[in-house]
Amino acid sequence: MIWNKEAECMSDEDRESLQLKRLKSAVKNAYENVPYYRKRFSEMNITPDDINTLKDIEKLPFTTKDDLRDAYPFEMFAVPRKQIVEVHTSSGTTGKPTVSGYTRGDIEIWSEVMARGLSMAGVTDEDIIQNTHGYGLFTGGFGVHYGAQKIGATVIPISTGQTKRQIEIMQDFGTTVMIFTPSYGLYLAEELEEEGVDIKDLGFKAIGFGAEMWTEEMRQEIQKRFNAPAYNIYGLTEIIGPGVGLECRIQDGLHLFEDHFYPEIIDSESLETLPEGERGELVLTTLTREGTPLIRFRTKDITLLKRGKCGCGRNLVKMDRITGRTDDMLKIRGVSVFPSQIEKALLRIDRLEPHYQIIVTRPHLMDEVEVRVEASEGLFSDKIKELVGIRLRLENYIHDEIGLRVKVTLIEPKTLPRSQGKAVRVIDKRNLQ
Amino acid sequence: MKIKQLSIFLENRKGRMKKALDVLENGGVSIRALSIADTSDFGILRLIVPEPEKTKKLLEDNNFIVKIGEVIAVRMPDKPGGLGMILGILDENDINLEYLYAFVEEKDEMAIVLLHPENIDAGIKALESDGAEVVSAEEIYGL
Repeated sequence: MIWNKEAECMSDEDRESLQLKRLKSAVKNAYENVPYYRKRFSEMNITPDDINTLKDIEKLPFTTKDDLRDAYPFEMFAVPRKQIVEVHTSSGTTGKPTVSGYTRGDIEIWSEVMARGLSMAGVTDEDIIQNTHGYGLFTGGFGVHYGAQKIGATVIPISTGQTKRQIEIMQDFGTTVMIFTPSYGLYLAEELEEEGVDIKDLGFKAIGFGAEMWTEEMRQEIQKRFNAPAYNIYGLTEIIGPGVGLECRIQDGLHLFEDHFYPEIIDSESLETLPEGERGELVLTTLTREGTPLIRFRTKDITLLKRGKCGCGRNLVKMDRITGRTDDMLKIRGVSVFPSQIEKALLRIDRLEPHYQIIVTRPHLMDEVEVRVEASEGLFSDKIKELVGIRLRLENYIHDEIGLRVKVTLIEPKTLPRSQGKAVRVIDKRNLQ
Repeated sequence: MKIKQLSIFLENRKGRMKKALDVLENGGVSIRALSIADTSDFGILRLIVPEPEKTKKLLEDNNFIVKIGEVIAVRMPDKPGGLGMILGILDENDINLEYLYAFVEEKDEMAIVLLHPENIDAGIKALESDGAEVVSAEEIYGL
């Protein structure tokens, strides 16, 4: 089913004219109401009047996560705080997170795009959705929640974890649609098998998954285990949360809701806009956000865009699944982690030399992280319990910083490779390409 | 009366112990006594050598982390109950022991135990006053 035929099947011509109209007002809104944008535009000698075609967007400055962090907490709001009815944040590399403020109108947009996306997966008001995405400052839980309610489905806002309870509820309540991260989904499937539950008897209709990197093999595995089609969900807190783009039944890329979020692909080095079909960094401009309008936000996600009418009947541009990042951010069990956060935690211990390496593996479904730290003269003690104590302290500090348990290993000095330029801090063995 | 002991940090990885021993061999260092404490991912190699300072430098030049600490050496008869008697002295004097290791002196049927109590001075005092034979550093290094 197509939730909003008018928007989703619009001709290229109509869409472009709508986008231009919306782009003009979005730029005007940002310029007039966000001091940051007024300053940036003035520095570049641009005013909203310079936007006369869609191509003119290339004259506008980019917005980065750092810019948003500098505006912490509410400097990017384009409306008085009073009109903001909800806030969400995303993790930052160090210290402050970035804040997204939603007006009632923004929540309505969020509900609309998620309703469209869940409809692509076949969700209707007959369905019961078990939403294992976290409810909180993280946008995952609420985005799915708003969209499912807009459709009129029954939402089970169970959030992450408590696997035994998840299993009990999906059986007792008759869940028809599951929302999870790919790795949690596979873990759940394993627990179900362990408990002797025949997943085929549960009669799932569809799976929505997102928030972490995945491979086609993982999708196939999830589909096989749950005996239902699995659809990718994409989004980021800065833009709105999940709902920027979702997959349709064709499962060949995610339809971006480009009447609300204008996509570009750039070369992350030259910052030039790339021709259609080329792989590069995704840049998004919010066309309709009221609370926190963003102009040319650099997502750092690497993908490509494909145009053309889709077999599902929609005419929205399609984005490939994300194949990498232009920065060093890692997605570990769905959580964004920057190596600099781990470094910050390590440096809380005096006498520790900042020679470390982060090794990410997926030995069995779930991501594991090992942080190898070179021991130093100052750190070394003849007592085993003191060395074990240092290791545990490091593990706790890292947990405080990134919210995940990792394994710390002390290694001999000068055993990590020293490179001339940037040290190789991360070895990701997950093979997610 | 205190014996200098080298403690060396070793990763629990194939070939690391051998590497340390090769450095000692190439430097012409003979080992008087040795023990290893290990956990799942690292270990501590403890050594008694004739020239501790020089050997420390040698190991450090080869990128090992080395600390010099002190232990007590006690001679005891190499027969059942020998070690028990020594530990009994520490126990009666309420001295906690962190670790120990021992070796046998073949020629005169004696054994030497190296002890690392929490408080080394209190340990020596208790052992000596209760009749244990505390061995000097010179004697141990020269064995």
